[in-house]
Amino acid sequence: MPSVCFYFQVHQPLRLRHYTVFDNDDRYFDEDKNAAICRKVANKCYLPANRTLLKLIQRHRGRFRIAYSLTGVLLEQLERYCPEVLSTFHALAQTGCVEFLAETYYHSLSFLYSRQEFVEQVKKHMVTIRELFGQTPTVFRNTELIYNNDLGLLIEAMGCFDAVITEGADHILGYRNANFVYRPRGCRRLKLLLKNYSLSDDIAFRFSNRNWAEWPLTAEKFGHWIGAINGCGHIVNLFMDYETLGEHQWEDTGIFEFMRHLPDEVFKHPDNNFKTPSEVAAAYEPADVVDVPHVISWADTERDLSAWLGNPMQSNALHELYRLEKKIKRSGDPRLLADWRRLQTSDHFYYMCTKYFSDGDVHKYFNPYDSPYDSYINFMNVLDHLQRRCATPEIVTSSSSSHPSGSPARVPVLV
Amino acid sequence: MGRYDEGTQVRVFMLGWEFPPFISGGLGTACYGLTKALDQLGAKVTFVLPRMVDSRFATHVKLLTPDCCNRRGERRLQVDELKNVTFRSIMSPLQPYATPQAYDEKIEEMLRQRRAAAGLPGDITGQSRGGLDYAGDLYREVHRYASLAMELAREEEFDVIHAHDWMTYPAAVGIAMMSGKPLVVHIHSTEFDRSGEHVNQVVYDIERLGLQRADKVIAVSQFTRGIVISRYGIPGDKVDVVYNGVERNGSWSAAPINIRRDEKIVLFLGRITMQKGPEYFLQAARRVLEVMDNVKFVMAGSGDLMHRSIELAAHLGIGHKVLFTGFLRGGDVRRIYKMADLYVMPSVSEPFGIAPLEALDNDVPVIISKQSGVSEVLRHALKVDFWDVDEMANKMVAVLKYPPLQMTLRSHGNFEVRKLRWRDAARRCLEIYRETLVAV
Repeated sequence: MPSVCFYFQVHQPLRLRHYTVFDNDDRYFDEDKNAAICRKVANKCYLPANRTLLKLIQRHRGRFRIAYSLTGVLLEQLERYCPEVLSTFHALAQTGCVEFLAETYYHSLSFLYSRQEFVEQVKKHMVTIRELFGQTPTVFRNTELIYNNDLGLLIEAMGCFDAVITEGADHILGYRNANFVYRPRGCRRLKLLLKNYSLSDDIAFRFSNRNWAEWPLTAEKFGHWIGAINGCGHIVNLFMDYETLGEHQWEDTGIFEFMRHLPDEVFKHPDNNFKTPSEVAAAYEPADVVDVPHVISWADTERDLSAWLGNPMQSNALHELYRLEKKIKRSGDPRLLADWRRLQTSDHFYYMCTKYFSDGDVHKYFNPYDSPYDSYINFMNVLDHLQRRCATPEIVTSSSSSHPSGSPARVPVLV
Repeated sequence: MGRYDEGTQVRVFMLGWEFPPFISGGLGTACYGLTKALDQLGAKVTFVLPRMVDSRFATHVKLLTPDCCNRRGERRLQVDELKNVTFRSIMSPLQPYATPQAYDEKIEEMLRQRRAAAGLPGDITGQSRGGLDYAGDLYREVHRYASLAMELAREEEFDVIHAHDWMTYPAAVGIAMMSGKPLVVHIHSTEFDRSGEHVNQVVYDIERLGLQRADKVIAVSQFTRGIVISRYGIPGDKVDVVYNGVERNGSWSAAPINIRRDEKIVLFLGRITMQKGPEYFLQAARRVLEVMDNVKFVMAGSGDLMHRSIELAAHLGIGHKVLFTGFLRGGDVRRIYKMADLYVMPSVSEPFGIAPLEALDNDVPVIISKQSGVSEVLRHALKVDFWDVDEMANKMVAVLKYPPLQMTLRSHGNFEVRKLRWRDAARRCLEIYRETLVAV
């Protein structure tokens, strides 16, 4: 009976270059590093994973179905550095078995700071997805699965979404489990899909962990676990970073083999199937109302905002950034607006996290800086320059050709 | 040495240095912190140190049983807070970090004072209580000290010898040969740290001899361990790292100084010598002043580059923004920490660096050079290459400009410092003693 619902998050931030208080130009982003990382991840993950999943879709004649959420900042980079990845995503879109979700174009925390900016970014993202892949998203996922009741209400009020996705955190579910469709508190139409974090993390985090009692995880074993949900759920929401395939879990861990065999194992039980998020939302009625008064996310064990808003540096940086919104928008300068929005990407604030600094774990893995302090200093130097640009428009120097924003004319489809 | 059981109280013959506040720099501080912690862990320590009999120094420790001096000028002292430690001082003008020139100057000064005291303008024999209490140059003094220490050791019972830095190594090696007891040498600073590539061959040779003869070498950081292995050819398996701790001053109880001022203060505190990188501090200061004005730079300390640093500040056109305080002691150090918004340690080569820990303990955020041992243990500090003056200035400006950065560094840093305890360092030393005792 259970429907397996895969959604992969695909995102790469635009990393800042080393920018000191003595720098005085508007080249904020590290082109070389961003290009190198984008190409590296494309070769290790995006290209082989797209190939693998496309083959699965073809082999199973439409019965294997998946969803992606591709951020705008990633799409811009793919266009610039790895256009071949974009065409494989395009090929996936053509199968009719792949759904694209909506999110904030800049993978931002704007929901927490500016509803207007939030809505603008969501719309910009939807336009981009429609132009690139010919479909209009009907399911929304917020950055890092950040969610509360207010987000549900806002998304329903936007009128274009059937469902919203978030973490199946224990404390919001209580005795319930994530394997049903729910209704956000206060909403009448919108549905809520919750991540089954246990089964998702078995693949995303534990797959190659040899100290894990279940290692090695085979498709057969995982198929059994999914089968076991029969009777206590309608869906198994497997939400994870796309980079799990080949980047976080390297190819030699057998992750691609696992994916290749998983559909067969799922189909061993004739009632099982794969559905995309919008299909899940259409197929099942809400089992209950879920009340989320406080903000949750899919990060860390806390499942809260502490990875982005856990210390005074992070809240200061975010506060100062969003304080510029009116000035930036009044200036009418599209490059200023683009730079300001690129600084909103949540990763910039994640790098400033001091929470797990001592343990050198997952935070360190994703962090291009030696320390959270370095990242704050760098960010604030850039922000300071941006601020000066909107105070005195004349100091805007003519952009050099390597400016990553490109001009609307150069990247027509994305702007 | 026969068997050594875990439970047995280990007896350490330690060749160390005068405790703070009467000594500048980290060596005395380290000797004090380590000895106190060893004492608390129940080790019996005979602490031998060079000291001039000088009334100015007589009050800084509470003496329980000051034996009268015997003919060699030794004194047996007991400090009441340290129950298991016996202090034995040997009359000698040796001081940590002394250079041959500094030693010569000190001897001259001492003789001048004696002549004045005795009213004998012409007499420079330096005789004291029937025996010569110093030698004419530093190297001979080190060896004179060694022979006195060996004589002293003959009367003592101990299981292991522990020596701190090169001037005590000849004594330690001699005592080890004489007694057959295992030798642990502790290296707080190498000739390469102090002199860069212009190494004093005599000092280097003494250091190497001590390191070679030692059964175990304790380096204060991986940074120093690397130098010991690569520059002195010591096999890595006998070199262990034991990080220093920090003695908490209880900055909470210190009365806050409510100075309202519109100028920020950036502090350099340490000996003004090549090793400490004063010129990088000044060059970074100049860069900082290009982008902000309300800053003063305080250089607290003295040293052979003091005059050149004053000249350099003037030459850079920032003389009016840089204050030189000279050497500061206890209370003044605390006061200057209370005033500082930022502490910078731009050392060219710093084996450990206790001062940044003290700064953090006093709630002052720190920038430390990556060429330091302390950067291995501090995470909540800003780190720069000492030569990267622009980056140093960039970070200085950021700390002064962004209160949230200061706040986060301060609160996390203070917390982190509390985890660096001398008790842990002493425990590691006891383990190392045990290894040498088992091996024999």
